[in-house]
Amino acid sequence: MQTTRALDPIGLAAEPIIAIDHVNHYFGSGRLRKQVLFDITARIEPGEVVILMGPSGSGKTTLLTLIGALRSTQEGSLKLFQEELYKANNGRLVNLRRSIGYIFQAHNLLNALTSQQNVQMTLDLQPQLGSREKKLRALDMLDAVGLKDWANYYPSQLSGGQKQRVAIARALVGQPKIVLADEPTAALDKKSGREVVEIMRQLAQQQGSAVLLVTHDNRILDVADRILYMEDGYLKEMDRDRGSDMAGAFG
Amino acid sequence: MFAIPLAWLQLMRERIRLLVALAGIGFAVILMFVQLGFRDALFESAVRIHLAFEGDVFLVSPQSSSLIAMDSFSRRRLLQAQGVDGVASVTPIYMGFGLWKDPDKQGTRGIFVMGLDPAGQVFPKSMLPNLDPIKLQDVVLFDRDSRDEFGPVATLFARDGTVETELNSRRVKVGGIFALGASFGADGNLVTSDLNFQRIFKRDLSKVDVGLVRLKPGADLAQVLQAIRTEIAKPNQDVMVFSKEEFVAFERKYWQTSTAIGFIFNLGAGIGWVVGTVIVYQILYTDVADHLAEYATLKAMGYRNVYLLSIVFQEAVILSVLGFIPAFFLGIGVYRMTYKATALPIYMTQDRAVFVFVLTMVMCIVSGAIAVRKVQEADPADIF
Ligand SMILES: Nc1ncnc2c1ncn2[C@@H]1O[C@H](COP(=O)(O)OP(=O)(O)OP(=O)(O)O)[C@@H](O)[C@H]1O
Ligand SMILES: [Mg+2]
Repeated sequence: MQTTRALDPIGLAAEPIIAIDHVNHYFGSGRLRKQVLFDITARIEPGEVVILMGPSGSGKTTLLTLIGALRSTQEGSLKLFQEELYKANNGRLVNLRRSIGYIFQAHNLLNALTSQQNVQMTLDLQPQLGSREKKLRALDMLDAVGLKDWANYYPSQLSGGQKQRVAIARALVGQPKIVLADEPTAALDKKSGREVVEIMRQLAQQQGSAVLLVTHDNRILDVADRILYMEDGYLKEMDRDRGSDMAGAFG
Repeated sequence: MFAIPLAWLQLMRERIRLLVALAGIGFAVILMFVQLGFRDALFESAVRIHLAFEGDVFLVSPQSSSLIAMDSFSRRRLLQAQGVDGVASVTPIYMGFGLWKDPDKQGTRGIFVMGLDPAGQVFPKSMLPNLDPIKLQDVVLFDRDSRDEFGPVATLFARDGTVETELNSRRVKVGGIFALGASFGADGNLVTSDLNFQRIFKRDLSKVDVGLVRLKPGADLAQVLQAIRTEIAKPNQDVMVFSKEEFVAFERKYWQTSTAIGFIFNLGAGIGWVVGTVIVYQILYTDVADHLAEYATLKAMGYRNVYLLSIVFQEAVILSVLGFIPAFFLGIGVYRMTYKATALPIYMTQDRAVFVFVLTMVMCIVSGAIAVRKVQEADPADIF
């Protein structure tokens, strides 16, 4: 990754997997209309692991939901895999979501399903897969996140870290090109938080997926190739060294 | 290929909630069965006599509204009908309510009395095999399925071979027993000869309540009806002409439209339906509300809105089927008990089972349709 960036410092030559250009976003309407994102421009390359930091209320989740095709882009251009999201209809947005693995702060697993079934929910969206294959892939993925023996357990029987690992398996089993994670470790203790992030990065790297990870947790900044910093709706690239100054935790 | 049956698994996961839902739906279903069952039984009981009549064409006065509210018409019309092509025989039937004294406890009560010519054929042989006793003066035949308030007549008759009591303060003897059944309008039935009827009611036999017409074998019913209508009913304007089917429908219509029975029982069934709808709605709504974050996640994963809507509707359909089945069998049990207690012709019919099942389906789908609006709230952009 370092080499890529050295050759192409502003990330224009390669085809970025996410390309954000002059995106503005507003909430509310009329007099209550409030701008929360200002002229956001950023690129994320295939396979890159990028961390997005910033104070609470700065607009990180908003940006993530825009990239995740969960909201319509209001102004500017946002392209995923060269496909424009601005003015894209809802059907297109829903289809794009299938190429994105989303991991939330809460695990949001379906309580009525076992770990394996939860993971399989992602694969049910791919009608070409046979049920046997879906099952095997789900089990493989659970194995990869270290939950091989927990395939038939329900979320209520798992610990917080285990649940978040199932959520990661669910997000990654479809081999998405982009993984978006919004504070996936916030509800976890230090150790399991670290584990979860490691697993996520490792699997994403194996699959060649790009990862955009929102976090407040300074201790995990070292997994990133790049760190973006957001403040009051403005996005800045952060120097690794400045990042380490700020975090004071790695180097 | 085979996707995970989320609706089913979600219902099964919440066992207690499922049981509550099924109990609620079952209650609603039984309520509907009971109400509709009673309604139909009352209508059925009202036409039992009509169905038993062995006639093809019936003449009644235009003033008559039902067997329990008959006006009479001139016997001459019936004799005229005798002359119409295709008619084999005509029989006048006289009807009225007499005061029957319980031979045991001596209390009196109104009983439905039919007077007919013992030589004519009015009821099937299987119902009234022997009309000879009523050829004698002041002898009547008693309906064993009359309500108990008329006294243990059948039992006394079986023991003693005869029962003596009073009808309209006139001494009469029971000379035989038959089985017909109480109806909503008549608690009990008696059959006697036309002459006895005249003695008991002091009525002129030239005024007939129902004229029963039998056709010759091979005669065309529509043609005969048409002929009687144009030749007798039209010019005189004092008689109505029915086929048996129309006669039954006429009586039914009276009970359905001119009495509150239909309304009351439909209302009861409607209340059952509404209660069921509210219960199912509650269950589905809570279910959606509990899973809102999960549903939003599914949307973020790329599931379409229709998928989530279909989950709610699948749950609705599963609930209606699972709720209906036990209630159906309980309903049959309730019918049996009711039949034993009231002698009303109440039993499960295929039509009603299908009808109530459809109502149950609609009930669950309507509640589902209200509950799915909650699914729209599962917006992944707003929840996270
Ligand atoms: N649906 C909404 N309607 C109106 N305003 C909103 C909405 N969602 C977010 N906001 C506002 O937009 C701004 C950015 O919110 P956002 O959730 O993106 O911040 P964040 O960086 O993710 O914060 P945090 O670190 O606390 O999660 C905040 O001021 C927030 O109040
Ligand atoms: Mg946030």
